[in-house]
Amino acid sequence: MSDATVDPRFRRKPPKRPLRLSWADERIRGIVWQVLVVGVIGSIIYWLWSNTVHNLEVRRIATGFGFLNREAGLPIAEHLIPYDPTDTYLRALTVGVLNTLKVAVVGIVLATILGTTIGIMRLSKNFLVSKIAGFYVEVIRDLPLLLQLLFWYTVMQGLPGPRQSMNPVEGVFLSNRGLLMPALQWEGAHTAAVLASVAGIVLAWLYGRSARAKQMADGQPRRIWPAAVALILGLPIAVWLALGAPWTISWPALRGFNFRGGMSISPEYAALLIGLVTYTAGFIAEVVRAGILSVNTGQWEAAQALGLRSGSVLRLIVLPQALRVIIPPMTSNYLNLTKNSSLAVAIGYQDIVSIANTTLNQTGQAIEGIAIIMAVYLTISLSISLFMNWYNARIALVER
Amino acid sequence: MSDITLNVASANPEATPRSAPITVVGPVAWMRENLFSGWLSTAVTLVLAYVVIRSVVGFVDWAFINAIWWVPVDARGVAQTQACRALEGSGACWAVVTEKHRFMLFGTYPYEQHWRPAIVCLLFIGLYIVSALKRFWNWRLIPIWAVTLTAIGVLMWGGVFGLPYVPQERWGGLPITLILATFGLAFAFPLSILVALGRRSNLPAIKVLCVVYVELIRGVPLISLLFMASVMFPLFLPEGMNIDKLLRAQIAIILFAGAYLAEVVRAGLQSLDKGQYEAADAMGLSYWQKTGFIILPQALRMVIPPLVNTFIGFFKDTSLVLIIGIFDLLTAGKTAIVEPAWQGFGVEVYVFVGLIYLVFCFAMSKYSQGLEAELNRHRRR
Repeated sequence: MSDATVDPRFRRKPPKRPLRLSWADERIRGIVWQVLVVGVIGSIIYWLWSNTVHNLEVRRIATGFGFLNREAGLPIAEHLIPYDPTDTYLRALTVGVLNTLKVAVVGIVLATILGTTIGIMRLSKNFLVSKIAGFYVEVIRDLPLLLQLLFWYTVMQGLPGPRQSMNPVEGVFLSNRGLLMPALQWEGAHTAAVLASVAGIVLAWLYGRSARAKQMADGQPRRIWPAAVALILGLPIAVWLALGAPWTISWPALRGFNFRGGMSISPEYAALLIGLVTYTAGFIAEVVRAGILSVNTGQWEAAQALGLRSGSVLRLIVLPQALRVIIPPMTSNYLNLTKNSSLAVAIGYQDIVSIANTTLNQTGQAIEGIAIIMAVYLTISLSISLFMNWYNARIALVER
Repeated sequence: MSDITLNVASANPEATPRSAPITVVGPVAWMRENLFSGWLSTAVTLVLAYVVIRSVVGFVDWAFINAIWWVPVDARGVAQTQACRALEGSGACWAVVTEKHRFMLFGTYPYEQHWRPAIVCLLFIGLYIVSALKRFWNWRLIPIWAVTLTAIGVLMWGGVFGLPYVPQERWGGLPITLILATFGLAFAFPLSILVALGRRSNLPAIKVLCVVYVELIRGVPLISLLFMASVMFPLFLPEGMNIDKLLRAQIAIILFAGAYLAEVVRAGLQSLDKGQYEAADAMGLSYWQKTGFIILPQALRMVIPPLVNTFIGFFKDTSLVLIIGIFDLLTAGKTAIVEPAWQGFGVEVYVFVGLIYLVFCFAMSKYSQGLEAELNRHRRR
């Protein structure tokens, strides 16, 4: 024992045994198993692949993505970018991807708000509030999403026609053609104002950071909100005024059998959004509830004993701890919502699955069509996972 | 202590024990505590109570008081739904369910043979109940499943024991939903155990294969797999060989469920104490002995509640076969209202179909909650 601090057994490397060609050698067994499994799966894949190649030859289907540049000729009702049936398949599929993102992004935001509200309601001390939230969660989670989507779509179709449409507020019409609202006529000044507000948010965040750093240095709390309001609201208004303050409202009006002008939400989009949001909110509510319950009551009491205001207790003590439990299951709920948006095909909302499906029916390019669907969803899933993993790593417990 | 009580009692001999005031115990106190604990709570309670009572009264009016349960059918077999249309949505037209329930439950199965799918549904329910009982959680479950599933196949197909043969295209409704869910489970579960073990294996090639499989399947929606099964599968097979559409969808569902269940099983394997693995190794058990006798029995027991939750999700997801045109319960419901006479009564049909799904899923979720409580009690001791 020359060196007392390190056990000599750990300094020595384990002896390297020579590979014995015998079933008794664990490494040989491992290699044999791997070769066997990879060989079997590889030959199955090869068999399927050669069948496919043969079948494609027999049916005279040309493989490849050349069809993307051909004229699509399929009408798409809702598009975020200009689109015409004479455009290419590539453009049609891009419209589909944007439609998927449109429902997924709005859905995630709304489902988070509704789910968090219901999760907190379920923890309420008020008996009625908690029971209603509990009933909602139980029922919504036990019904298939597709059934709920079909139900909402049926309800939308059951609304009166455009001529008898409901008109709760001046300029707002609800009919089986969807929901119509007055809209602002978009001009360059509005885009500039939105950009200014984004810049204001960034500046306010930087200002808050420096104020906090100064508070850390001298202990004096600083008031942040006046500057933040000025930056986030004042800046865009100033930009908008400087550019001539354009303000034209387009009102929807009945012309013939349909509406013109204004902003419309189609019944398909509305049914899909309502279905996805209410369904996912049921799951998010449970996640939020479990997260809040996971914070020890001692943490609440200790924070109050330190003299923090109740808002600060929630913001500084409870939420950071609850978020650690909430974020990982929340991520999988966001992913589920995005993947579930593919059910749009059942109610006629033209998302990527619906458009790719029409494309593969028109062109016969089954493999390419499904490959496109899978690639799009894998990309979206991977992006959401990466972002949420980054966020999770940021808020994770830093252990000493 | 007893002295003090005695002294108090003797000081006031005429005092009789009084019950606590109603503001402290009893229903009044409970309401003060749980419904009217402050002005905000009181306001919320009153508003919600109003909303709840209004909706319950509205629902009862729609579903029972104003509802029509039966409509006449004319000589040509066309239902006379004028009475239902006259309601204009103020009452439910349950006549669509009364008239079409056989079609929704059993699809296009020959009408006079409906007793066969009915027995099949009962067999499935019996199978679920037996599998839920702890007494049967051993090797006996395997022959029970094998025998029941064979009996179900015989009943559905027929062609033996004097039962007329019914081709698979005529099957439909609830049996299809139960078949997709149960057979999917029966095959996906063993697959998921193998994949979960493979993902935790030391052998790099096997590990990579399992990771790619699980992540690929979990990254794409079930619909894309079902599309793959319906349009790409025929290309995969040699010329002349054709697999039935239902079987193709079943394979897609098995592959899908296998990936999700594998992650649940993997969580169980991970939560197991390392000492269990080491102890098994120290006893000189082979890999399969170690896995079969030591690891899996403990790991699976630990993840039963999340497994049941995955089963619920999976039961609901079988409804997606509607999109590739397989005749399950939901498709049958949707088809029932295509007939002109019944168009526009979708809400009633979806409520009926939804109730069936709700009964199955609610039973499973209550069972999983009960099981979770029981397992936790055992852990707490």
